[in-house]
Parts: sequence; structure tokens; C-alpha cells
Amino acid sequence: MTAVPDIEFRGVTKRYGSVIAVSGIDLAIPPSAFVALLGPSGCGKTTCLRMIGGFEQPSEGAVFIRGHDMAGTPPYRRPVNMVFQQYALFPHLDVEDNIAYGLRQARPRLSSREISLKAGEALAMVRLAGYGRRKIHELSGGQQQRVALARALVNKPAVLLLDEPLAALDKKLRTDMQIELQNLQREIGITFVLVTHDQEEALSMSDFVCVMNGGRIVQLGQPSEIYDEPADLFVADFVGKTNLLSGKVVGLSGKLVEVALADGTVIAARKRTSMAQGEAVSVSLRPESLSLGAPGSGRLNGLVRNRIFLGSTAEYAIEVQGIGTLLAKADHLIGGGNLFKPGEPVAIGFAAGTPLAFPENNGTNQRENKNVEIIS
Amino acid sequence: MRSNVLRHNLLTALLLGPATAWLLVFLVLPFVAIAVFSVGERAPEGGYQAAFTLAQYANLPARATAFWNTMVLAPAGALACLLVAYPVAYYLALRAPERWRLILLALVVIPFWTSLLMRTYAWMYVLGGRGVPALLAYVGMEDVRLINTPGAVLLGTVYGYLPLMILPVYVSLERLDRRLLEASADLGATPISTFLGVTLRLSLPGVMTGFSLVMILLLGEYLIPTLLGGGKVFFIGNALVDLFLQSRNWPFGSAIAITLVAVSVVVLLAANRISTRLSGARRVDLI
Repeated sequence: MTAVPDIEFRGVTKRYGSVIAVSGIDLAIPPSAFVALLGPSGCGKTTCLRMIGGFEQPSEGAVFIRGHDMAGTPPYRRPVNMVFQQYALFPHLDVEDNIAYGLRQARPRLSSREISLKAGEALAMVRLAGYGRRKIHELSGGQQQRVALARALVNKPAVLLLDEPLAALDKKLRTDMQIELQNLQREIGITFVLVTHDQEEALSMSDFVCVMNGGRIVQLGQPSEIYDEPADLFVADFVGKTNLLSGKVVGLSGKLVEVALADGTVIAARKRTSMAQGEAVSVSLRPESLSLGAPGSGRLNGLVRNRIFLGSTAEYAIEVQGIGTLLAKADHLIGGGNLFKPGEPVAIGFAAGTPLAFPENNGTNQRENKNVEIIS
Repeated sequence: MRSNVLRHNLLTALLLGPATAWLLVFLVLPFVAIAVFSVGERAPEGGYQAAFTLAQYANLPARATAFWNTMVLAPAGALACLLVAYPVAYYLALRAPERWRLILLALVVIPFWTSLLMRTYAWMYVLGGRGVPALLAYVGMEDVRLINTPGAVLLGTVYGYLPLMILPVYVSLERLDRRLLEASADLGATPISTFLGVTLRLSLPGVMTGFSLVMILLLGEYLIPTLLGGGKVFFIGNALVDLFLQSRNWPFGSAIAITLVAVSVVVLLAANRISTRLSGARRVDLI
């Protein structure tokens, strides 16, 4: 017997007038998981979160929390709590009263001693002991973030919902909070559902990533699966950096296709869906799967345009005649520190099996020369 | 460097000059005059005669009825105004469809385009013998008196000052972060708890602004009690007109005026205090 999922969407569709925000979503989130809903803005991820919280009602289908259909259950009767974007802390209450807000709503009532005890524990959990009497506007962004976490967690929800919780923090704090959130989730052991448009955040924190686009789930899997085996062109493009090369199918053999690139080079790529001879495809090549070498030693030849030194690695923008600019990431410490200079000719190689081919006409918003955008 | 500072100061002085002069001539000087009058004596033929006596203040109880009416009906009027205005402001700010909001707000303000005198006259007829009472008599309720009662004055004040109450409350509700309401619901608060614990608390600055605004205007109200109270519901404003224009007892009138100003200031300060404390926000100045 499998455990009852903490959250389950069954055929959920949400419409606003004629606009479809979420379209026929089926999703089961197992207990004690850290799940990220990832996608570009407008993909329906926040709507999904708000339907769990009870702030939106599905137009079709049903949302279940621990096996109970939540239709008609208002937010204040749901066993979930949310960390809001920009936190939504009460400005007229101090830190402790913000945290105690949920406890004060509990029926039967908790004694005030019990409330201040629990609020104190929650403050200590987010490392803010002693801040109870501070005003909200006296806190830094990171501290406010922790108060919002404590305010939600103190109610011992079945599921914690996080709506872009790190978006307002600077990069350093964000990394710290990522680790802290991960630790908290393991300590408390409840399910966290995180909504984010930041693929790095989703990949680094969660056990499962649910990639959404256009109101649908395009892929659900562990972060490594999402990154290494993207289900379609959209996921390949959205998650991580990648080079997308257009070409035509010129040969089929089992799981591999032969693709003729724009400059005539034919490369072998793995395919995830069935493809026909002559079909237009995009081949995805991750920057780190490319290797650079002396001219003539690889599969493609190009000229180094830019070099971005990143310490342990370097990123190169390489112009390949007839194809465009490719991004390559090279671990330059291996191989005797062979740094290539702008203007230098190089050969690009890649291991067999690393290129992935996707049909081009599956309605994804294709961005040509995405790499150039990243570099400039 | 120094000349820059000088020029800057000169510019500031020039910009502030007209307003300062205006306040000095039309507010400070008259106020000083009234303060001086209030410790003087009535000249035999009426008006003011220099003296220093607190007799005028000692005589205040002679107008106790006017004070009483004002002190009861001004807060009562402001409160009644608030009770009517809050749901309207709440609807406008939080419930009304976006595209209707401006139109509805305009409807709230439009009566202001007609003079209060005209509108109060209209009420005189509505409440007078040939208005509502005539209608009531038609369905068998004879002898209902509406005009010239405290109720009529209260109705008139609520009607006259409603927009002044709706607008500040609307502004404070409109600025309210909707996510706070969602956060409250998320934390288990029922709609009533959310209203009391978040909405009402955070709209208090607007409530206090509206309340003190209307209350202060009502403290000096003259027109509505005259027209709808028919001389039976006497306000301080009416007492002042009477003292200055009829019996020409300027010193006594001045003493009453000073007392009224003192009461207004106390009301303002108290309202400011309460709203600052309860809403927890940084200081909101009302004056």
C-alpha cells in the first residue's frame, strides 16, 4: 500500500474568464517531500499554490490534502500554511505577535503561556531568539523572511507552501536561506511546496521538480533527471544553460537520430520522442558537455569570441561558421590550464550520447542564440 | 558655497512667504484678537472694552445647553457618519469591481458640487410638513414630527459630511496590502477575526482622520442646526452668531470660541494618539 499523498491534484483546471491559467493538472506529492513548482511567469505555478492554500478555487477537478477533498474549504480551515512573496507580515504587530497570530486563532484556545512558549521556540528555530519585541520594519529582509517562516511553521501545518520566498533577498542571503530551508524541511519532516521561476533554486533545494509551462506540467522528476533528461525542448532550454542547434533528421537508428546541422555537419543525438526522416529538430548541447581542443581535433570548428573567467572554470562564447555562437564551459585546471584566448581558433568536441534531439514544432517559445544573451 | 546656502534660504523664504503671511493675517492675528477679547468686558453699547477679567470664562455655564448639544451631537454625528461611511468605503476599496471604482467614488463626491446650504434646504422640505410626514400621514401615521428635532440635525450632519468620512477611510483601506488579509486567513483567522485583527486595525489612521475631521467641523457647525434644528437644537456655532451679531457681547463670544478651539485641539491630539498606538504604524499626523 502506498502512503496517502500530502497534496493531490486530480484533473485540475483553472480559468479566469477566457484565460486558462492551469489546464488539466494531475499531480501527487508524497509525504515529507521538498517539491518545487518551476516555470516562467504565467505558467500557472502560483495559481496551483494558491489553490492548495484555498485562495483560488479550481474551475474543474479537485485538490486533495492528505486525502481530503478541499472543495469548499476556506483557507482558514486548511491544514497548510504559506510563506508569502514579500512575506506579508503584519506591520501593526511586533515579531512575537506576528508569530503568535496563528496560535491565537486556534480553537479551543491555547493559554497565553503556551502561546508565548511556542512562539519562543519558533523564534529560536529560525535563529531569531531575542527579537520578539522588534517591530517588523526594524528587521532586515532576511530576518523578515525568517519571521514569515516561523509564523507559518509554528502552526505545525501538514504542508508548508512557499511562494517565491527567496526572490527579495540578495544572492548571498539566498544561498544561505536555501541551505537553511533544506535543513528545516529535513528537521521538521513535513512537505514543502516551493514555487519559483529560478531553476537554480529549484534544482538545488528540492527532491522533486515539477516543471510547468502554459498551465501544464511538462516534466516531473528529480533535479538530475530534469537536467540530464529533459522531456522536451522547453525544459532543456529553461533548466540550466544549453546550446540549441537547429537541424534536420537525416538518419534513424534505434534511440539515436542523425541530424544534419545548418553547416552540413552530421551528428548523432539521442531522441526522447519518435521522429521522422527530414523532420526539423533542435539539438541540445550543455555547455559543460563540450570540450575544447586544438583546431581539427573535434567535431566542429570555431573562433573564440569571449572568455569569461570563473575561477575553477571558464566559459567561452565560440562562433561556429554557419551555426552561430555556442557556449562552452571548460574546466581549465584539468589539461594543464589550457586557456583559450579570444580570436583563437578552437575545435569543439562532445562525447557520444550527450547531444539530445527534440522536435522543433512543439509550441515552445524558442529563443535563438540564447547563449549570446547570457554572455553579453 | 555660502552664497548658495543663502540663495537657498532666500528661495525657501520666498516660497513660504505668501502662505505664512496668509496664516499670520487671517489665522494668528484674529486668534490673538479673540484671545484678547475673551479676557475683556462688553462695552455698554456692545462690542469690546479693554480689561483683564476671567468673568467671561466663569460665565460659560450660561451657554451650557449649546455646549451640551455640541458635545453630544458632534461626536454622535461623527460616529453615525463613520458607521454609515465604513461599509461604503470598505465596499469601494475591497469589493467593488476595479472598473466601477472611480465612477462610484465620483458619485460619493458629486453632491459636494452643490452648496451645503442648498442641500440642507432640500432636507428641510423632505423632513418638513409636506415631505416625509405628509407621506406617513397618507399611510395612517399622523403627527410625525421630523424637522426641528435632534434626529433631524443628526441626519443632516451625517448626510452633509459623509464624503469627508468616506474618503480618508477609503484611502486607508485601499492602501491595505491584500496579502495581509490572505495571510490572516492562511493562519486560521475567520473572516470576522481578520476584519477585527487586520482590516480595522490597519484602517484606523483613516478612521481617526475622518472622525476628527468631521467632528471638528461639527463642533463649529451652524447651518445644519439652524435649518434642521429650527433654533431648538442650539449649537455653539449658533450661540456665537447670536453673541457677536445679536447681543453684541464680543468678549463672551470670544471666550466661547477659545474654549471651542481648546476642545478641538484636545480631540485632535487624542485621536492622533489612539490611531498611532493602535495601528502600530509610524506617526500619522492629522494636523
